[in-house]
Amino acid sequence: MSSVAVIDYGMGNLHSIAKALQHASPDVDVQILSNPELILQADRVVFPGVGAIRDCMEALNQTGLTEVIKESAKTKPFLGICLGMQALLTDSEENSATQALDILPGHVVRFPEALKDAAGSNLKIPHMGWNQVHYSAHPLWDNIPQDSRFYFVHSYYAVPDDKAIIAATTDYPNTFTCALSQANVFAVQFHPEKSQTVGLQLLHNFLHWDGQV
Amino acid sequence: MSLAKRIIPCLDVANGRVVKGVQFVDIRDAGDPVEVARRYDREGADEITFLDITATHDNRDTMVHVVEQVASEVFIPLTVGGGIKTLEDIRRMLNAGADKVGINSAAVFNPEFVREAAQRFGSQCIVVAIDAKKVSNPGEGDRWEIFTHGGRKATGIDAIEWAKKMVDYGAGEILLTSMDRDGTREGFDLPLTRAISECVSVPVIASGGVGNLDHLAEGVIQGKADAVLAASIFHFAEYSIQEAKEHMASRGIEMRL
Repeated sequence: MSSVAVIDYGMGNLHSIAKALQHASPDVDVQILSNPELILQADRVVFPGVGAIRDCMEALNQTGLTEVIKESAKTKPFLGICLGMQALLTDSEENSATQALDILPGHVVRFPEALKDAAGSNLKIPHMGWNQVHYSAHPLWDNIPQDSRFYFVHSYYAVPDDKAIIAATTDYPNTFTCALSQANVFAVQFHPEKSQTVGLQLLHNFLHWDGQV
Repeated sequence: MSLAKRIIPCLDVANGRVVKGVQFVDIRDAGDPVEVARRYDREGADEITFLDITATHDNRDTMVHVVEQVASEVFIPLTVGGGIKTLEDIRRMLNAGADKVGINSAAVFNPEFVREAAQRFGSQCIVVAIDAKKVSNPGEGDRWEIFTHGGRKATGIDAIEWAKKMVDYGAGEILLTSMDRDGTREGFDLPLTRAISECVSVPVIASGGVGNLDHLAEGVIQGKADAVLAASIFHFAEYSIQEAKEHMASRGIEMRL
């Protein structure tokens, strides 16, 4: 039986993601883990996150999980979700410039204020709700129709230095990066665990992915 | 491509049972919130809100259990409101599988609670529920105030100022209910919805008064709401969520179909 570790660094609700992973693939051993050794033993790693990035980075440093994440991201299929995606970049504008893990070179920026939607209304921040995801080929999109809607809730988004690692984009109203792919690392801004059928399909694909593009 | 407007069915739950009569032809137990949530999920609900109207503290455990059950098989955002008064209440609901909590009267009695909750758990999971009622006289400019105790107690707080303050304090979303319209089936209070939606930066959910599918569309088109919440029109299988979404899409609204 293959195993997946959901990294527990004391932030956010990990039960939703664990339940969704289990539902997506009942044959996988899903574990919520904070023990570095156990995380390194798992076949796959999920790095979730909600809230503010400074709290996230502090929690990672306090729990000593920074190195475990860096190590896992080198060696095994690795999925970052929401803040768990943003934390993989070099730094973030949030909390007046926060250094992040620098696994995926690039920056995290805030949606500009005072944008208008198609109807001329002020665009709301956070970007919250179901929006379309336009992807480029990757095994994690298998059996997911192009431009499917996933559930988002965030005010910041990633801008990678290397555009070649962009795995998907979304419009709000400008086009932004909502998924990144670099070797065995995949990261999404939306919440697959809250995106019904297409989200469960993406989690299923991750749980059967060998880390090769 | 753009962000879809959301339809959020709301279940009023008392002591672990759906109240206000939900009736579906192919549901075994019409009062079981887990079954109703499952049904709404299948029909394409974008989120589900549970309003706990349980009177006693002991029965809150039942609500936690309902959320746990729903969250293990329904993979869309879940919000729980009703009686959220402490950080511990929030933590329990989030751990049970809720994605957001609705804070209503506790915010009125102690606005700092909203700030603390947003700092601890993140704005993304803090929905401030606002019950507003029109207080201006005919001929005057529209003015609404916050009411508590199911619309019975005036607070003297201006609704627009309150909404702005709650966003400043960290609310990630506003659930706006017109106490004048709630239960009337006459449609949302559109001027109220629009006034609030245009003065805050966060999404606004319109609630109170939906009697038909056009009301839902008007909430978005005229009310500028980002999401619409309804309870009774989805009861008694009057309309399915799918029908509601198709109708809104036919009025030119971006929906997840």
